[in-house]
Amino acid sequence: MNLKYESQSVAKLYFMAAIGLFVGQILFGVILGLQYVWGDFLFPAIPFNVARMVHTNLLIVWLLFGFMGASYYLVPEESQRELYSVKLAKILFWIFLVAGAVIVASYLLVPYAKLAEITGNDILPTMGREFLEQPTIGKIGIVIVVLGFLLNVGMTILSGRKTVINMILLTGLVGLAVFFLFAFYVPDNLVLDKYFWWFVVHLWVEGVWELILASLLAFVLIKVTGVDRELIEKWLYIIVAMALISGLLGTGHHFFYIGTPSYWLWIGSVFSALEPIPFFMLTLFAFNVVNKRRRDHPNKAATLWALGTAVMSFLGAGVWGFLHTLAPVNYYTHGTQITAAHGHMAFYGAYVMVVLTIISYAMPIMRGRKANPMRAQVVEMWSFWLMTVGMVFITLFLTGAGILQVYLQRLTDTPLPFMAVQEKLAVFYWMREVAGLVFLIGLIIYIISFFVNGKEGDEVAVTD
Amino acid sequence: MKETFTKGMARNIYYGGSVFFFLLFIGLTVDTVQKLPKTDNREAITDVVAFGKKIWEDNDCVGCHTLLGEGAYFAPELGNVYERYGKSTEAIKAFIKSRPVEGIKGRRSMPQFNLTEEELEGLAQFLKYANGIKANDWPPNIQG
Ligand code: HEC
Ligand code: HEM
Ligand code: HEM
Ligand SMILES: [Fe+2]
Repeated sequence: MNLKYESQSVAKLYFMAAIGLFVGQILFGVILGLQYVWGDFLFPAIPFNVARMVHTNLLIVWLLFGFMGASYYLVPEESQRELYSVKLAKILFWIFLVAGAVIVASYLLVPYAKLAEITGNDILPTMGREFLEQPTIGKIGIVIVVLGFLLNVGMTILSGRKTVINMILLTGLVGLAVFFLFAFYVPDNLVLDKYFWWFVVHLWVEGVWELILASLLAFVLIKVTGVDRELIEKWLYIIVAMALISGLLGTGHHFFYIGTPSYWLWIGSVFSALEPIPFFMLTLFAFNVVNKRRRDHPNKAATLWALGTAVMSFLGAGVWGFLHTLAPVNYYTHGTQITAAHGHMAFYGAYVMVVLTIISYAMPIMRGRKANPMRAQVVEMWSFWLMTVGMVFITLFLTGAGILQVYLQRLTDTPLPFMAVQEKLAVFYWMREVAGLVFLIGLIIYIISFFVNGKEGDEVAVTD
Repeated sequence: MKETFTKGMARNIYYGGSVFFFLLFIGLTVDTVQKLPKTDNREAITDVVAFGKKIWEDNDCVGCHTLLGEGAYFAPELGNVYERYGKSTEAIKAFIKSRPVEGIKGRRSMPQFNLTEEELEGLAQFLKYANGIKANDWPPNIQG
């Protein structure tokens, strides 16, 4: 099967880069996990904070590569025209890849304070905040790449067919760019600093990124099930409506204990308690649509990823988010392993999985076939289960560690110091490390699946 | 979904709902910013504190520690370390200064940052200021 629009194939570059960086992210995750129990592992060459910024920044960058690739694939097909500029997409790809690689390499090669000095952090200080560790010049680079990208997909959509999927995706991407600008606001006042830091972090993952998530999933579901667009669009509207209605004021679940007015205890609790609803609807939506399917698409793996995204995002964001989102609970769990447990499953279940879903659907087509041979799909489905089960166990072990941490450090009558508690939790961290290795094996098998060929005559039918 | 619930209705909920809650969120943000002086301990933000915050960021302390519960979960909460250290900025400075370059065998280790006296003072004053922020009685106890 050929691509409907030739320019869609530029997505392939983006997807390959995404997967490459994903491997780096997980390798550093495993290093971090080991440092948790073997305190001076790689110290002082790679201190924990450096490994952590490599892990989280690689995550963000590869997800952005994934979103961009997904958009370059999806937007021409939805708009029914070629991409505005393939050349721009290619140039931006290389700029982003080189910039991303330089940033991550500089974390590892230069002490962070030195990096701040070299890159002129005194002129416009933006460094040293969680997830936003990039040197200011790097952040400016990101803004330029994202603006170029928005121009490219924006021009394509505006002069093409405007579908609901297109428009919601574009809104999400514009929001992503706009809220990132708060990364440049770093006041001396710590409370203000923290308040607006969440405009990037929360309003991304529980706001505009949900628009991206829902529209990508809707696109793949239309393609693999052939279900009527009207129905899908209705679901899509209502899901993103609920996401924003709950998620905007839901930001308040971060304003409980950072020096903001106490009315946020109520507003944050009530509205963030509604945030699982859109994730639950996403699950209903995906299963509903797959049950109503009008065709049996040969790409079983893509369907599995799509359903997996729906379920795991509900578990990670909806269930594990709700677990600690009410102010009286958060009073005890704030900044513990419970947060880490939730952060992992939510990021994996929603954003990692949706990118892998669209890669699973689009990559075979870009390689000239409607779906991969069954043997390759079986390998891919193995990787799905290994990574997903690995992540479930990472989450469960961290939750166990978190419950004990909360008890020993915050709830008992004789609270123990942080470090004493951490030593008692070692066994959970060891088990998390094992689960992390399972995840890594799953990821290796995922990559292998791209190189598995079918037996003679095993090719999947190439008709559309 | 039933036919009585049309796509047009879903679209209106999306537009109406998101615009409404977006504006409400902006309104609450304006209100919060106005009310912050009551809780955010801003009278304590001296030049030394602001300098200390910059040192905090330039060394990515938040990549191992939490501060008011946000950051990384590898090392102790520092929002109340001033109190935990007996309200002594000197004790905080002494701790940071005394970290062994090669770490502590087998133990989670904090780097030796080789900070100047001025930078240490800034950090300690910054942590003292953070300790004075009224955060709805968080953390629950002295262990953070
Ligand atoms: C690589 C991780 C790491 C980084 C980066 C780091 N720390 Fe630490 N810090 C630790 C660890 C681990 C401990 C606990 C040490 C121990 O108990 O042996 C600690 C303890 C402390 C303590 C004592 C806390 C207590 O309750 O006993 C203070 C104060 C402190 N760090 C300040 C800082 C400051 C300021 C910075 C930034 C300049 C910083 N740390 C950067 C890992 C780190
Ligand atoms: C896909 C969506 C989501 C992602 C990717 C996500 C991710 C994260 C991450 C990474 C953190 C830690 C932030 C930090 O480092 O300080 C966090 C914190 C938090 N999340 Fe989510 N989240 C999502 C959805 C939700 C939902 C739906 C809820 C509520 C129902 C929720 C509730 C919370 C709360 C209460 C915290 C603060 C924890 C603390 O006090 O330490 N999250 N989330
Ligand atoms: C796709 C898979 C993964 C995703 C999406 C992911 C995501 C994240 C995120 C968002 C954070 C920072 C936010 C937080 O938890 O507060 C983080 C931190 C971390 N991750 Fe991962 N991660 C993944 C895999 C792994 C693996 C396999 C391991 C280890 C075996 C690991 C170990 C860690 C550790 C130790 C931290 C630091 C926690 C702390 O601050 O103390 N991660 N990861
Ligand atoms: Fe949030």
